[in-house]
Amino acid sequence: MTARTDSRIQTVLRALISPKGAVYLLLIVLLVSVTAIHPSFAEPGQLMRYIQRVAPIAIVAIGQYFVIVSGEFDLSMGSLVTVQVVVAGTLVGQDDSRTVPVLLLLLVIGVLVGLVNGLVTTRLKVPSFIVTLGMMLALYGGVLWWTGGAATGNPADSFRQIGRSGIHDLPVIGLLPWSVLILAAVVAIAAWLSRRPFGKTLVAIGDNPSAARFAGASVQRTKTMAFVLSSMSATIAGVLLVGYAGVHPSVGQGYEFTAITAVVLGGVVLGGGRGNVWGALAGAFALETLFTLLNFTAVPSTMRSAIQGVIIIAAVAYAGVIFKNRRAPAAVASDPPDAPGMQQATGEAQSTESAGSGATRNHNTKEN
Amino acid sequence: MKALIAKLQRLDTTVIVLIALVLVLALSAILVSTVGRNLLSPGNIRDILTGMSVLGFVAIGQTLVILGGSLDLSVPYVVSLTSLIAAETMNGRTGMIVPGVLLALGVASLIGLANGAVVTFLRVHGFIATLGVGLILKGYLDTTYKGTAGQVPWEFQLFGATGIGPVPISTIVMLACAGFVGFLLARSKFGHHLFAVGGNAEVARLSGVRTRRPLIWAHVAGSFFAGIAGLLLASRLGVGSPTVGVQGSYDLLSIAAVVLGGTLLAGGRGSIWGTIGGVAIFAVLDNLMSVMQVNPFFKDMVRGAVIILAVAVYSNRRIVARRERFTSSGREVPQLTEEGAR
Repeated sequence: MTARTDSRIQTVLRALISPKGAVYLLLIVLLVSVTAIHPSFAEPGQLMRYIQRVAPIAIVAIGQYFVIVSGEFDLSMGSLVTVQVVVAGTLVGQDDSRTVPVLLLLLVIGVLVGLVNGLVTTRLKVPSFIVTLGMMLALYGGVLWWTGGAATGNPADSFRQIGRSGIHDLPVIGLLPWSVLILAAVVAIAAWLSRRPFGKTLVAIGDNPSAARFAGASVQRTKTMAFVLSSMSATIAGVLLVGYAGVHPSVGQGYEFTAITAVVLGGVVLGGGRGNVWGALAGAFALETLFTLLNFTAVPSTMRSAIQGVIIIAAVAYAGVIFKNRRAPAAVASDPPDAPGMQQATGEAQSTESAGSGATRNHNTKEN
Repeated sequence: MKALIAKLQRLDTTVIVLIALVLVLALSAILVSTVGRNLLSPGNIRDILTGMSVLGFVAIGQTLVILGGSLDLSVPYVVSLTSLIAAETMNGRTGMIVPGVLLALGVASLIGLANGAVVTFLRVHGFIATLGVGLILKGYLDTTYKGTAGQVPWEFQLFGATGIGPVPISTIVMLACAGFVGFLLARSKFGHHLFAVGGNAEVARLSGVRTRRPLIWAHVAGSFFAGIAGLLLASRLGVGSPTVGVQGSYDLLSIAAVVLGGTLLAGGRGSIWGTIGGVAIFAVLDNLMSVMQVNPFFKDMVRGAVIILAVAVYSNRRIVARRERFTSSGREVPQLTEEGAR
């Protein structure tokens, strides 16, 4: 083996244990362990089922990514998923012809919620944590009030097929679920958006809103767009969940925290300015694979949350403590999606700052 | 009108909160009187004050944590856990009241210590750290307890049930705690350092403040006060319950009350009396809606709207006290009036 390939292997290994690559390593380890316990997991058909199961949470995590990277929170996602599920369940009924109008209505609700979140956060300068918290209470209370606390309903099959079914009789994988296609489309759009000026402006705003404003970025419009994207992703997840999980007020509960966990696991820093879409996606897959692994092992299902808690603290602490000294130069060289000039300018002061401790950094710049 | 707005903008946020509280009280009294009842009858005042006390305890602790620039999302599980520990230790025996209380508060403080250590030494954001610790506690609670457990002796139930006139003992204790914490914040080294660290940890460190200590103490106090809330709930219910904290969603409501009270979510600015005002506004609104027999689900909607609107009223104010050198368009500020230099 030549020295050249050696160094290439070293580079890959170093990238894998770096804070940004750690989530991929975690995902690989988890996937390998699940396959070791349950070999049929690796069969193409099973793998498609698995991706179908992860799709809603992965889509929500990608939406949450846009909000978090701009330095805000969206706590209203879980309730919005519930609202969309219940609205679909109640309005579609057994009438196939209503599928398309109701889908449009759901999109309108999604855009409206995102606009309200975004405009109140940016125009009225209310911290997004509070805005989306209020929105979460209002949406959940509203939907229960509307349905009298007992939302039921069994939407027409054509509507449920979106989350349940797919393209049949394909070679190798058998069934290609619509969810997987929708997830792929969402990932493609998200990756495209984050390479566009919009995505880069969003990261710059999350890193330093004042600097971004002086550089000519429209902070209000960009952040509002991020909230709309996040609500849209919750809407898409809701449509998938109607087919997959049925109609019940508990569908979607806790999704906001799961999504934030997944995003942070993927190396996106709370407080904004660091991270990318792929990390958020890998974080969602890692989290869901962890749950799958726990289902296969003898761990009681109630301990699931405890293990989730340990993992997220460990993941963020790992990124923060072990790599605090190694980080600054590598970050500038190896992540083109972040604005490099901005990082160099602020990198010196932030070299000790860790993933997940981002909020302490922005006190002097954020005026919320 | 413009002069009035300018005047309002210079008011202390605590004063604004208290004015808002008086307005809410007046409006509620009028609304309640339209259905032929009296908001300020002794029985109703007791209801409002009782409604304040549990959230009040949690919010006092949450204020300290938020002032330090962190968050505590683990409080609902601490509340449930302490109610269970107290009820199981006492198990109906009067002699075990003191050990039960001490054990419960000790465990709560240890959880706070863990929160603080993870936030300061492992450098994990408070949101993630306390969410994680909360999830660990949730796992323990779900695995160990299937329903309510333990029993609280009658003497301990008096803590939640008795009062002086219309004022419940628990509310008096809560206000005394608020007074003590307010004193600490205003007069003690801990208080000054907490404000400094919450405002800007790096500047505090360069000024010679040990930045970890105040934040760890704030987390310990946060969980300690959540523990007292758990004890109070155990005393009211007569048993310990693994779901009582989550049902009250004390994590998000206490954060909302703190921010409603004018404390900056990013830390470094705020007051304990603002928080108490925020808690009181919630309690009055809840009582108003109960008296008016509003649909409980509609209540949540109103609560959500009130949180957003109330915070919107004053978060538009300029909270950076130092003189502005440039306007938001990038031009220099033309003249220095006395107000600008304030």
